[in-house]
Amino acid sequence: MSHTFTVSPDFSPDHLSGWYIFNTWLQRQSGEAIHLEMYDDFHAQRDAIQSNQIDLIYANPFDAAMLVREKGFLPLVKAADMSDEAIIAVSVDNAVNDISHLSAGINVATTEDPDVHMIGMIMLEAGNLDASNIQTHFHNSYVLIAKSLIQGKADVGIFLAEAYDGLSNLTKKQLKILVRSQIGVIHHSLMIGPTLAHRQTEFQQLLLAMNNDEKGKGVLNSLGFDAWVKVEGEEMEFMIDLMDTLSI
Amino acid sequence: MLSDMNPENIIGDYKEAVLHLYGDGSRKVFYTDIETPYPDGKLIVSTTDKAGVITHVNQSFIEMSGYTEEELIGTLHSILRHPDMPAVAFKDLWDTVNRGEKWQGFVKNLRKDGGYYWVKATVIPNIRNGQVVGYTSVRRKPSRTKVNECIQLYPTLF
Ligand SMILES: Cc1cc2nc3c(=O)[nH]c(=O)nc-3n(C[C@H](O)[C@H](O)[C@H](O)COP(=O)(O)O)c2cc1C
Repeated sequence: MSHTFTVSPDFSPDHLSGWYIFNTWLQRQSGEAIHLEMYDDFHAQRDAIQSNQIDLIYANPFDAAMLVREKGFLPLVKAADMSDEAIIAVSVDNAVNDISHLSAGINVATTEDPDVHMIGMIMLEAGNLDASNIQTHFHNSYVLIAKSLIQGKADVGIFLAEAYDGLSNLTKKQLKILVRSQIGVIHHSLMIGPTLAHRQTEFQQLLLAMNNDEKGKGVLNSLGFDAWVKVEGEEMEFMIDLMDTLSI
Repeated sequence: MLSDMNPENIIGDYKEAVLHLYGDGSRKVFYTDIETPYPDGKLIVSTTDKAGVITHVNQSFIEMSGYTEEELIGTLHSILRHPDMPAVAFKDLWDTVNRGEKWQGFVKNLRKDGGYYWVKATVIPNIRNGQVVGYTSVRRKPSRTKVNECIQLYPTLF
């Protein structure tokens, strides 16, 4: 039987081929037939999860609660030294230097990336802004958010910090960071579903040893990672509880 | 039991109050008018066991409260109880989480040095295998507008 692996649709386009390389590596190492299925957006991916089509997922923290508590997924690993952080930025010409100086009615450019959007909205809340008193505009990429700030179409942008840092220097010169989150405990995780749960420990061992040989290291690099780190069940439960407190 | 605050730790001119804690007898506290602003972009996180005894604090909790991790683990959250906070707020907190629901509210917390900081707190029960095993609180930066409303409201709730 072939298993289906999927990746949170917010992966960086630079790493698309990396995920296919990783899938091939994982099949060889585990001896399981695994097919990589990429979805265009979170809605399509969630539908697939709901109808039990997914056996392995590199999941957005936002979906972790549903995966663990409704679908019986177990955590395997996360990328070492990485966490999901958000940045609130404005055009460099904007006179505002602090979230508290932003006013109701502003145009906010964001993405459908659920955890980044949520962290961004929490930072805006400190300026008394919420969904009811801003205009939200969804974009398909962080480059487009930068563009809409520079062109003056949006007042504020919510970025994945990593994506912001990866913008060209020319772009960044035209932008200004108001706040960068430093949460540290919200992260994507590779998770395994009930059909593969009996191989959780073996999969973890394979993944944790991945950076020990040149081949494995090369695969990790194609994903932009240095190594995998084990995620314990309670660490996952803690993150789910934390996300739960942030969802209201 | 929580020991009284030590005047030697207090920075600046202070006032004195005796808190009658629901969980832990009475405690003498010293408090000043010095506010520590909430750090941008950070969350203050702590977890307790079922009895409310602190089992985990993050770095921001340590920095904002002014206590060391050793001083915090094993104690109660009322170590942060500020005399300006009405008891009904915490009664509502405990009534809500005891029903298995999330509580959210604005809290003025007392630092070890007598100063204070405002937070927007969310408290949830930690449920594992269908059982409540503890509670987690995550605090975020509150808006000044909301804090000013609380400054008006809370004195009327005593
Ligand atoms: C997870 C959790 C976090 C809490 N955090 C705080 C806090 O930051 N500050 C505070 O004064 N009380 C906090 N409380 C409430 C205290 O337990 C306590 O009810 C309050 O300080 C008043 O003291 P008393 O109930 O002994 O009268 C928290 C409770 C829980 C369950």
